[in-house]
Amino acid sequence: MSKISRRKFVTAGLAATAGVSGLAVAANLAKHYGLVPPDSGGIYGPGETLTYAVQRLLARNSLAREFPRSMVSKIPFANEIPPLNESFKRLQGGGFANWRLVIDGMVARPASLSLADLKSFSVRSQITEVVCEEGWSYVAEWIGTPLFEVLRACEMLPEARYVVYFSVDPDWWDSIDMADAQHPQTLLAWAMNDGDLPVAFGGPLRLRVPRQLGYKSVKFVNRLMVTDSLKGFVSALDPKSPNFGYSWYAGI
Amino acid sequence: MLVRVTHWITVISFIALLVTGVEILISHPRFYWGEVGNSRTPPLFKIPIPSSRATVPTGYGYVLPDQNGWSRYLHFEAAWALVLTGLVYVISGLWTRHFRKNLFPAPADQTWSAFRSVIAKHLRLAPPERADFCSYNVLQRVTYLLVIFVLVPLAIWTGLAMSSGFNAAMPWVVTSLGGRQSARTLHFFVSIFLVLFLFVHVAMVVLTGFATRMREMITGLAAVSEERT
Repeated sequence: MSKISRRKFVTAGLAATAGVSGLAVAANLAKHYGLVPPDSGGIYGPGETLTYAVQRLLARNSLAREFPRSMVSKIPFANEIPPLNESFKRLQGGGFANWRLVIDGMVARPASLSLADLKSFSVRSQITEVVCEEGWSYVAEWIGTPLFEVLRACEMLPEARYVVYFSVDPDWWDSIDMADAQHPQTLLAWAMNDGDLPVAFGGPLRLRVPRQLGYKSVKFVNRLMVTDSLKGFVSALDPKSPNFGYSWYAGI
Repeated sequence: MLVRVTHWITVISFIALLVTGVEILISHPRFYWGEVGNSRTPPLFKIPIPSSRATVPTGYGYVLPDQNGWSRYLHFEAAWALVLTGLVYVISGLWTRHFRKNLFPAPADQTWSAFRSVIAKHLRLAPPERADFCSYNVLQRVTYLLVIFVLVPLAIWTGLAMSSGFNAAMPWVVTSLGGRQSARTLHFFVSIFLVLFLFVHVAMVVLTGFATRMREMITGLAAVSEERT
């Protein structure tokens, strides 16, 4: 083994400095272009940030795969749902005629929409696959109102960065960035396979985010909050958070 | 040096991928073929283990705790570590002609009889020769090349084919495999082959002297360097 020469030492030092400043520049650029997920801290942060950044660079506007009608699953699989509370059962008893979707936060015109109001927007229907992080999947036709139409009607402010969506279940919410919120396939779905959306599949209203895993498609949605910060809404790896420690970005 | 550093980073990544992969598998130990599959469709095969989800019919009366949150985080982080390390290794291997010199079978060995003689030696349990410590035989070379250029790329491909976001950008990655559930099943089999390689690889290291082989792979100093000239 030869002794480390001064030249080698200086070269290594320069390379290390260049590497560190390069990383700092990359981190700033990533932040500027919205390539850093809210759960980028902690030991799993680097991997999570790489995945999110690469997918956002590669697939910001790509469409989720859609399938022919012949591929719609004959018996779709409904995962467990949490026990539903009294107010839900009351609304269910009334055929969800009084179900409201509240839109607030960074919008110029906050709103409270009934299902009938939602159906007066343009309707989109798409046959996409629901994929669970556990590994199983099914294909179904989803019919609903594109989220971006509702955000546009409420005049979302330009500084908005995320949409937080809440379930009637008080412990259940999730959030998406603008790439998904403004995506044409992100649907406020109120029908499935030529019928009203069954309760087992999230009826009367479910936010379907087909480019991400099933757990991002929250069931029984009754509130959308537009925001520029997810402080207090995302805490990665916290088993008490609505994601039970699951990653915020679920495109993989 | 680079070969040794990338080797050990790969070891750590692979163990992390294996442990978290098994953990994720436990949440649905059923495999399917085609695009879709779930507890209400017939599986291609099942792994007879309990599950961490109550909705999976396993025949067991209990449900294991759910560990998928951190498992999924770590699985993808380790996958990144493996991919980036692998890129460094492959590029430097081409640059330094590591593959050509040490892994691509020598022209004289590119015959079936060369394979047969190595396999016969192993079957007779013949003790390794001096030369075996200085260079890889044809069977080792072909195995390493298969792992580096076939199995690991297949694991990455079948893994990416399961990503909803990635599929949206490049649908052919999953359609070429016959669908998402086919990709998951193939990912499982590729992992089995990689684990088989790991077992044989570690067994060979143990048989030829665990302490010496480990010292070589960590320090880079060959035990039989005198014969190397």
